[in-house]
Amino acid sequence: MEFQIIWFVLWGLLWAVYFALDGFDLGAGILYPFISKSEIDKKAALHAIGPVWNGNEVWLITAGGATFAAFPTTYAYMFSYLYTPLLIILFALIFRGVAVELRGKSTSEGMKKFWDFWLFVGSFIPALLFGVAFGNIFKGLPFDDSGYYGTFFSLLNPYGLLVGLLFLFTFIVHGGLWVSLRVPEELANRALSTAKKFWILQAITAVLFLVFTALFTNLYDNFIKMPVWFIVPALAVVCLLLTGSYIMKNKNGSAFLFSFLFIIALIFSGVIGLYPNLIPSSIDPKYSLTIFNSSSSPYTLKVMTIVVIIFVPIVLLYQAWTYKTFMYKITEEELKEEGY
Amino acid sequence: MDIVLLSRLQFAITAAFHFIFVPLTLGLSVLVAYMESKYVATGDKDYLRMAKFWGVLFLINFALGVVTGITMEFQFGMNWAEYSRYVGDIFGSPLAIEATLAFFLESTFLGVWIFGWNRISPKLHALSIWLVALATNISALWILIANGWMQNPVGYVIRNGRAEMVDFWAVVTNPYAILKFFHTVMSGWVVAGFFILGVSAYHLLRKNETEFFKKSFKIGATFALISSILVAFIGHFHAHEVAHTQPTKIAAMESLWETTKDAPMYLLLIPDPKNEKNSVEAIGIPGLLSFLAGKKEIKGLKEFPPQDRPPVTLTFVSFRLMVGLGFLFILLSFLALVKFKEIEQSTTLLRILLWSIPLPYIAAQLGWIVAEVGRQPWIVYGLLRTSDAVSKAVEPIQVMASLIGFTIFYSALGIIDIYLLSKYAKKGPEPKEV
Repeated sequence: MEFQIIWFVLWGLLWAVYFALDGFDLGAGILYPFISKSEIDKKAALHAIGPVWNGNEVWLITAGGATFAAFPTTYAYMFSYLYTPLLIILFALIFRGVAVELRGKSTSEGMKKFWDFWLFVGSFIPALLFGVAFGNIFKGLPFDDSGYYGTFFSLLNPYGLLVGLLFLFTFIVHGGLWVSLRVPEELANRALSTAKKFWILQAITAVLFLVFTALFTNLYDNFIKMPVWFIVPALAVVCLLLTGSYIMKNKNGSAFLFSFLFIIALIFSGVIGLYPNLIPSSIDPKYSLTIFNSSSSPYTLKVMTIVVIIFVPIVLLYQAWTYKTFMYKITEEELKEEGY
Repeated sequence: MDIVLLSRLQFAITAAFHFIFVPLTLGLSVLVAYMESKYVATGDKDYLRMAKFWGVLFLINFALGVVTGITMEFQFGMNWAEYSRYVGDIFGSPLAIEATLAFFLESTFLGVWIFGWNRISPKLHALSIWLVALATNISALWILIANGWMQNPVGYVIRNGRAEMVDFWAVVTNPYAILKFFHTVMSGWVVAGFFILGVSAYHLLRKNETEFFKKSFKIGATFALISSILVAFIGHFHAHEVAHTQPTKIAAMESLWETTKDAPMYLLLIPDPKNEKNSVEAIGIPGLLSFLAGKKEIKGLKEFPPQDRPPVTLTFVSFRLMVGLGFLFILLSFLALVKFKEIEQSTTLLRILLWSIPLPYIAAQLGWIVAEVGRQPWIVYGLLRTSDAVSKAVEPIQVMASLIGFTIFYSALGIIDIYLLSKYAKKGPEPKEV
């Protein structure tokens, strides 16, 4: 297999893992001010993501770094074309990171409220805008060989916003489920019932996504050419339905697992539809940035493949170990002590 | 204003701000790990309190280092798209490797360290902070391999309208990068050593937890002395490498206009770039400059066309100040160690040490100015000009807006950081358990 294809799969995988992991941190950051009734509740919700959020965010940095290393031309044009939205996401991620880490170091009520606000904003914006960005990539960006013709506001088109909402609702459900797994019972019940409500919105936007993707993008072309790939979006649909059915039965563990798998299958459905493009041009396909015309040299791709084959499994192993270590119900006593 | 200048200004501000947090992280992670290991080995609870007290300061600092680091990765593509396209085949790899090898390890085990006090064994807990310390320093290695390539490009050919990597090993073992790595990491350790000395001095002056802070003081002083000697020693060889690979930079660092054999070093010197000379040159030490550069004959700036020369005054002044501060650090940490036994009485020294906390930070910033301003007008030395590297799809107004945004936002973060650091530093450690 060509290295470009290997790296295309890895590129998709990095994004998929990023959203499946940090998605619940973002969701928890959006939900926690609304489901908490006391300071202890807030601490519990943040404690739920505390040990893992930072490691999860590194998947984003690695996805960015991998794009740079494997597809430098795409990295260069994607980041400069999407200057303003990326800047907003960047600021939001800074808000979130600082707020998560420093909230617990602030003692006054006012400062805590201040961090609550920024943690919410810093989680809400990336959840929405990552979806908007991917929606626009699915649709294609208006560029040719002399430059880019879009603006920030042209990205906020109906299809882009639809995918933005799909991401937002997905992460809220995902975050609600994660929080419900880790916090004391009363708060866990509130988190779960919020996830229930948002699952309905998630399901509606998912159906709209399936329909409007046919109207606004060329993603279905690859599937029609090779129908065997329909298995991936079909899996996404099944996972989403199972998430819903387990939520309704209050089985939050299984629901979380399927929510996780749904995100992976969703991202891969998009990635399969994009192939061989990384960013299609909506002006003319001949300008599209593909994995073949924007990749690094075979030598660099080979070096990076070796690095990834050795080190990513190690990362997965120790991250899995931390999940195992911290996958327990937080107790009330513990919250009076340390952490955030 | 033109886009190149705006983009450079933004990169300079965001990089300088990021590098306020990085050096302390580099050194303090190692020291906290050392303290916690001491506790695990001896069972002395003072070391546990120490690891926790300095650990909180480490965490506050670390949080800002991480978030401001993401900006750097984004900016290469956002503001320097032509650069990224042209050198991404080489430059992208160390960045991706940095994330894979270092960032994951660092972030994951920091989470384990913060939340694991009662969940994992003390040994495993100490191991987790060692992994953080290791990862932080590995991360410096890879980013400096990337930066080292911009200073001294190796292991590539120009093909398909861009630079393509042909020898990964040459990129990784680039002597420029390796020397710069050790020089930079040691400068971070100096920052951490002086940070501990200064905060301990504050409490020793107030006779607060004397025993605790004397122990900390001793660790800080030893660490500061060793690393400030090493930073100067490695810096000396780093200068040789610069003289060897970047003739315009070394000439600007010394404000040398005419090619000179056995060049002297003037202790007092004022550059006059307009007239391509120095307006003051006094107290020359014969042959010292040639010795420091490790070269008999040093090319003067006039050998190079004006459009290929870096800004001389800024490079020169930054270099001089950095070197001066470097010697001061050796002297101060030496005094701190010599006077350690009755340090409570040496109130003048304690006061000096307290006020010296910012100095290693300043020296580190000055070092970066020498490295990056001295590399101009090149973004990749001798290969790609900074003016050709900027994004074509971005409008000046966008960069102006983001520059203002970063300035306001980062200032606020800086204030919050200083406020929290000083609050927790002044508060002192948790009281001893009775």
